[in-house]
Amino acid sequence: MLSSLRLRAMARKEWIQLRRDSRSMVLAFALPVALLIFFGYAITWDVTDVRLAVLDEDRTAASRALTEAFEASGYFEVVSRPASRQEAAGVVQRGRVAASLVIPPGFARDLGAGRAAAVQFLLDGSDANTATIALGYADAIVARYSRTALLQGRRIEAPASAEVRIWYNPTLASRNMIVPGLIAVIMSIIAAMLTALTIAREWERGTMEQLAATPVHRLEVVFGKLLPYLGIGVFNVTVTTVAGMLLFGVPLRGSVVLLGVMSVLFLLGALGLGMFISAVLRSQVLATQVAMVATYLPALLLSGFLFDIASMPVVLRAVAFIVPAKYYIAVTRGVFLKGVGIDVLWVQGLSMVVFAAVGIGLATLVFRKRIAD
Amino acid sequence: MGASRDGRTVPLADRRRRVLTLVRKELRQILRDPKTRRIVFAAPIIQLLLFGYAVTTDVHSVSTFVVDHDRTVESRALQDAFTAGGQFRIVGRSDRPADLEKALDQGRSVVGLEIPAGFARDLAARRGARVQVLVDGTSSNTATVAQGYAARVVQEFGFRHAAARGDIRGNGVELRARAWFNPELASRAYNVPAVMGVLLLLMCLLLTALTVVREREMGTLEQLMVSPLTPGELMLGKTIPVALIAFADLVLITLVAVLWFDVPLRGSPFALLLASALYILASLGLGLFVSTISRTQQEAFMGMFLLLLPAIILSGFMYPVHTMPPFFQYISLLNPVRHFLVVVRAIFLRGDGVVELWPQFVVLAAMAAAVLLGATARFRRSTASGG
Repeated sequence: MLSSLRLRAMARKEWIQLRRDSRSMVLAFALPVALLIFFGYAITWDVTDVRLAVLDEDRTAASRALTEAFEASGYFEVVSRPASRQEAAGVVQRGRVAASLVIPPGFARDLGAGRAAAVQFLLDGSDANTATIALGYADAIVARYSRTALLQGRRIEAPASAEVRIWYNPTLASRNMIVPGLIAVIMSIIAAMLTALTIAREWERGTMEQLAATPVHRLEVVFGKLLPYLGIGVFNVTVTTVAGMLLFGVPLRGSVVLLGVMSVLFLLGALGLGMFISAVLRSQVLATQVAMVATYLPALLLSGFLFDIASMPVVLRAVAFIVPAKYYIAVTRGVFLKGVGIDVLWVQGLSMVVFAAVGIGLATLVFRKRIAD
Repeated sequence: MGASRDGRTVPLADRRRRVLTLVRKELRQILRDPKTRRIVFAAPIIQLLLFGYAVTTDVHSVSTFVVDHDRTVESRALQDAFTAGGQFRIVGRSDRPADLEKALDQGRSVVGLEIPAGFARDLAARRGARVQVLVDGTSSNTATVAQGYAARVVQEFGFRHAAARGDIRGNGVELRARAWFNPELASRAYNVPAVMGVLLLLMCLLLTALTVVREREMGTLEQLMVSPLTPGELMLGKTIPVALIAFADLVLITLVAVLWFDVPLRGSPFALLLASALYILASLGLGLFVSTISRTQQEAFMGMFLLLLPAIILSGFMYPVHTMPPFFQYISLLNPVRHFLVVVRAIFLRGDGVVELWPQFVVLAAMAAAVLLGATARFRRSTASGG
C-alpha cells in the first residue's frame, strides 16, 4: 500500500517548498541559536550584591559581627548607613536599596541574657522576586550567626544538623536546568510555527484538490510532509545538544541513542499535532496562533522548564499532567543530568509513544475526513 | 498615487471625516469575525489567568521521600517538622535507601530525607545528631530554595529540642522581616501587572502586523491608495481602531488583576492610562513596521514572533533584568516592554505616579514617536515603490 517512491516524492516537494520560504528557514535555523544565546547567557536567577542599608543602633561587638556576616556572605552589599529608622524605611520605600537591616539597641544584651534578640529586615516587596531571594539569604545568614552565638563558649555541637547533598547538578547552575528544557521548547516552536502551515497552505493556495487527485495514500501525505520537519527538528536537537555541551558545559551523562529515539517520538507527536491543527483550521495565520497556544505556551509554562509545577494551583497541575513537553523534559534532564536509562524513564518513554501515535493518528484521520467532504 | 498628494489642500474637517470612515471600516472588519473577537477579548483573559498562576517563583509542597532507619518518636517529630510549614510534602516512605535513589532518579521526588539509626540516641547524648538530605539539582531554582528550607528545619528542630532540655538559653536571633507594598511577598502581585505589559504588546502586534499586509495580499491596498487618503491618514485609520481595542483590553485586564488576583492598584489610574497610551502607541508602531516590511501575512507573523521573543525575554517579565550580564542589560534599555514593566509595577504596587516615574514616561514617549514616524516613513516609501 505504502510506496517509498511516493513518500519520497512527497517529502521532496515539501522540502523544496520549505526551502523557498526564506522566513521559514530563518525560523527553523536562526531561532534555536537565538534562543540558546538568550536563555543560556542572559537568564539567571542567581541574585548577588543585593543593595542593603544597615542601621546599627546597638553598636556593640555582637551587632558589628552580624553586619559583617551580611557583608562577608557575598550576597549583600552595604551601600547605605541610614541615621534613623525613618531613613532606614525611606531608602527602601524610595527604591534606593532592596532591603534595610535594623539592629535595635540592647541586641547584644538580649542575646547574652538568653532573651529573644530580634533584628528587623525591611524589604521592598514591589520586587517580589528579589525580595524573596534576599529574605532567604538573610534568613540563612542570621540562622548561621544565631547558631554560633548560641553555642559560643560551650563545648557542644549543634544538636541536629542536615548534611545536604545536591545530586545531578552539584553547583545548582541554572544553565544545567535550562539547556535540556530548552530542547523541548525549541521543538515545540518548530512544530507550532512550521508544521501548522503545511496543510493550511495547500488549502489557501488551492493545491489541496490537486493533492487529493493524485494517487498518494493519506499516510504517505502525512509522513511525506512530516519528514522534512522531522529532519529540521533532529538537526536542531543535535545543534542544541552540542552547543549545550561545548558552550555551556552541560554534561551528557546518559545514552545518546535514548535521547535521539525519545526526541524523534516527541517530534512526531508535536508535528502531527501541528498538522492536525493546520488541517482543521485551513488558515495559515489562524493555525500558527492556535498551534502556539496549544504547544508552545504549555511547553514554556506548564512543563517544569522554568516554573515549579508542584507550587501551582491544582487546575494547572491537572493540565500539566497531560502536557507532553513535561514528560519530554523529564527525559532530557534524565539523560543529560541524571544519566538514567530506559529502566527508569519507561513511563516517560511510554507517554512519548502514546503522544507520537496520537499526533500522527489525528493528522491522518482529519486529513482523510477533510478530503472526503 | 497623485490623489494622495493632493490631501494637503483638503480642509481639516474633510480629513477627519476620511480618517473616521476608515476607523469605522477597520473596527467593523476586526469585530465582525467571531474568531477574531475571541482572540481580541477572550484570549487576553485566558492568558492572564494562565500566566498569573503559572509564573511563580514561590516554592512549596516540595515532593519528599523519607527513609527512616531510626523509627523513634524523635525521628517522626523531625518528619512532622518538615511538613508542618507546608514547604515539604511526603510522597513516599521506605526502609531501603535504594528506593530513595530510585525516587530521585525517576523524578517522583525532589528531596530525599534519610534519618540514620541512632538519630534519637545521638540527640539524647548531645552528640550532634545528623540526617542526610539529598536534593535533585536538575531544577536549580527549586533545589536552591529547598536545600535552604531543609537545613533550616533540621537546625531549628535541634535547637528546639536542646532548649526544651535547658541545654541552651534563648532562641538566638530572630529575623523579623517586614515587606512594604507586598507584605506576603506574593510573586503573583509582582507578575500579574507584568503580564499586562506582555499581553498589550501581543495584542497590538497581532492586530497591526497583519493589517497592511492583509490589504496587500488581498489586493485592497491599491484600492486604498487610489482613494484620496494620504499615507499619514491611512496609518491613523489603521492604528486608532487597534488602539481602541487595546484600551478595552487594558481595562479588562486591570479589572481581572484587581478583582480576581487581588493585586492592589495603589497609584492613580490616570498615570496607568497615560503610560499605557504611550506604550500602546509604541507597540502599534512596531506592529506597523513589521507589517510594512513583510510581503505576506505569514512573513508578518514570523517577523512579529522574532520581535516578540527578545522583547519578552529581555523585559524583566519572568526573568529579572538586574541579574543579566551587562551587555544584555544595555540591550534591554532599547526595549519598551522593560520600561513599561517598571512603570506598571510601580503604579500598581508602590503607588508611584508620573512624578517618580518621569524618566520612563519620557523614554516611552520618545520610543512611541520614533517607531511611529519610522513606520509611516517606511510605509510611504513602500507604497511609492509599490505604486
